Amino acid sequence: METEFLIQIKDLKASIDDKEIIKGLSLEVKPGEIHAIMGPNGSGKSTLANVLTGRDIATVTHGTVTFEGRNLLDMSPEERAREGIFLSFQYPIEIPGVSMVNFMKTAINEQRKHRGLEPLSASDFLRHMREKKELVEIDSALTNRSVNEGFSGGEKKKNEIFQMAMLEPRLSILDETDSGLDIDALRIVANGVNKIRRPDTSVIVITHYQRLLDYITPDYVHVMYDGRIVRSAGPELALELEERGYDWIRKETDVAEESWTTGRK
Amino acid sequence: MDYRPEVIERLSAAFTEGPGTFLKDSPGLFNRYRESAFKDFLRLGIPDRTNEAYRYTNLEKFLNYKYQEYFFPQPADFREAEKFHCEVEDLDVWNMVLLNGFFPHGDEGLVMLPGGIWLGSMRAAVKQFPSLVEKHYNRYVTDGTDGLVPLNTALASDGLFIYAPKNTAYTKPIQIVNLLHSDRDIFVQDRNLVVVEEGAQLSLLSCDHAISPQRFLTNTITEIYVGPNAHFDIIRVQNQHNNSGKITHTFIHQERDSFASSSNISLHGGLIRNATWHYLGGENAETHSYGLFLADKEQHIANFVKVDHAAPNCNSTQLFKGVLDDNASGAFNGRIMVHKDAQKTNAYQSNNNILLSETARMDSKPQLEIYADDVKCSHGATVGQLDENALFYLRSRGIDVREARLMLMFAFAHEVVKNITIEALRDRIDELVNKRLRGELSRCASCAIQCN
Repeated sequence: METEFLIQIKDLKASIDDKEIIKGLSLEVKPGEIHAIMGPNGSGKSTLANVLTGRDIATVTHGTVTFEGRNLLDMSPEERAREGIFLSFQYPIEIPGVSMVNFMKTAINEQRKHRGLEPLSASDFLRHMREKKELVEIDSALTNRSVNEGFSGGEKKKNEIFQMAMLEPRLSILDETDSGLDIDALRIVANGVNKIRRPDTSVIVITHYQRLLDYITPDYVHVMYDGRIVRSAGPELALELEERGYDWIRKETDVAEESWTTGRK
Repeated sequence: MDYRPEVIERLSAAFTEGPGTFLKDSPGLFNRYRESAFKDFLRLGIPDRTNEAYRYTNLEKFLNYKYQEYFFPQPADFREAEKFHCEVEDLDVWNMVLLNGFFPHGDEGLVMLPGGIWLGSMRAAVKQFPSLVEKHYNRYVTDGTDGLVPLNTALASDGLFIYAPKNTAYTKPIQIVNLLHSDRDIFVQDRNLVVVEEGAQLSLLSCDHAISPQRFLTNTITEIYVGPNAHFDIIRVQNQHNNSGKITHTFIHQERDSFASSSNISLHGGLIRNATWHYLGGENAETHSYGLFLADKEQHIANFVKVDHAAPNCNSTQLFKGVLDDNASGAFNGRIMVHKDAQKTNAYQSNNNILLSETARMDSKPQLEIYADDVKCSHGATVGQLDENALFYLRSRGIDVREARLMLMFAFAHEVVKNITIEALRDRIDELVNKRLRGELSRCASCAIQCN
């Protein structure tokens, strides 16, 4: 059955080592939309990214996640990627000895196999790679190396966006992609994301700060606090957070929590 | 019960019956050392776990066995060796085949390669270059605790001889294919000598294959002299079968300003133990000891390395990596000895291992003895599993978990392979390692390089 949502998260709860980190989170993203998830440290933003991409450090205890109408939680990390989910890592991993070229070629061909397509020929692959390199302004000196080996913080983030361009995902999750970037690198990375977007692809931007959202304009901004989305609004919410910080959200939420608990008594 | 007295008795019988076979045909120079070497063997015995260098290696499975033959191969075996043809693609080398430690045409003279390098059997070398062989034979053997070393000196009758006279160079690597083929179970003792004189250059590729399924045990000594300002590389590719044991003792003696590298690539074998000795006897010499081993099932692969810094201003590196699966076990014993006068020594050692199963086992032991005060020495050893973060990273891009594991293992192994200086060979070894990791080599137990 065709669904209007690309991804639909319903009342999701997840724990790490028996400690509940996500405490009932719901989110719906339609094709073409950009959602920003903001929130203070420790609110569960990165755990959400882990759960969506299949990292087994968190255990889902409740709720559902459907991606294009299918149960996402049943899929292995590689299946999710082949279905079109991409995570730009907060801390990209260095893998000495695995060349970027071999890495990307293997990833693309696994994805093509999944879709019943022939592997890309060497020349088609190289053309694809050249185009995407230009798109995200990444240096050949980097793509000729081992995966992230010896890359600076900014180069690693740029390399994430390069991989995103190569794999052309339906849903991209950018986990703190702006952290550790100077303003020039931030602009390049954000422009890359904008250039890669197609009308039917969606992006979830996880960030602390407003500044990335100056370049990637969200349709919705959600504030995550203590494992839940406590407020959702348009892009103006990001500006308000930039101005007022997170404390007022904290207070309002804790007060609400408090009265709810007292009310029950 | 200790199996060794019975084995020593068998070897003693072989040694005393020897005159009828090997003494008659083998080089007089070899014969000169036999008696005293055999006495040394009897004194030292077969090494067991009380010998520090064999602490994690049990030889019993391969030594405690009634081999049917200790000496010459049969003419029929030679005919089989003649048929051998190395099918390594794009490998531009000068190629030579040894069978069970002997040259098929050992009585013929030495061959001279373009560039002035001599090559052939030890038996021919003793006739053609008597004083040169005498000057170097049995001179670099420095191990005083391992009985298998004098056992080789006592029993060996032939082997490989390569001589690069002063300032000669051969542009291609020389490939030696050590074939094991017989319809009987044999214990092979081959004895090799390589002399690279001042300013000369030589690269040697040594491939070990067992092409018949019999039980084999090989106990090899290779002595290598690297003269002043000379350059020498040896790459060993060991690909035998689970019924085959291979023990090597390689003694590399280096003079001033020389360069040497040794790479042991162990792909297959029931038991493999490589002892590599690097002696830096002159200033500004550089030496590298590399090793990569991939072991599964019940295999045991051990590397023993000793780097002796006997002169100032020398550099050495040791890099050994292993991947172990199933019930395989491995051992690394790396020693660095810096003598009193060897100031400004740079010595580096690293041993990293990946265990793929709960039951695989790796023992790693660095030993540093430093008697000089102005030196830089470092060592590190790790035993672990594949990096989960890296594995997830690859999977998160759509790469199958099995493929992702293989990519990481291959990358791990490549860190050693990338040091091989001959490009065509490096690519080929990468390919062999890849096949081995994918389990495609094991069904081709007879010979990897020949497999179709």
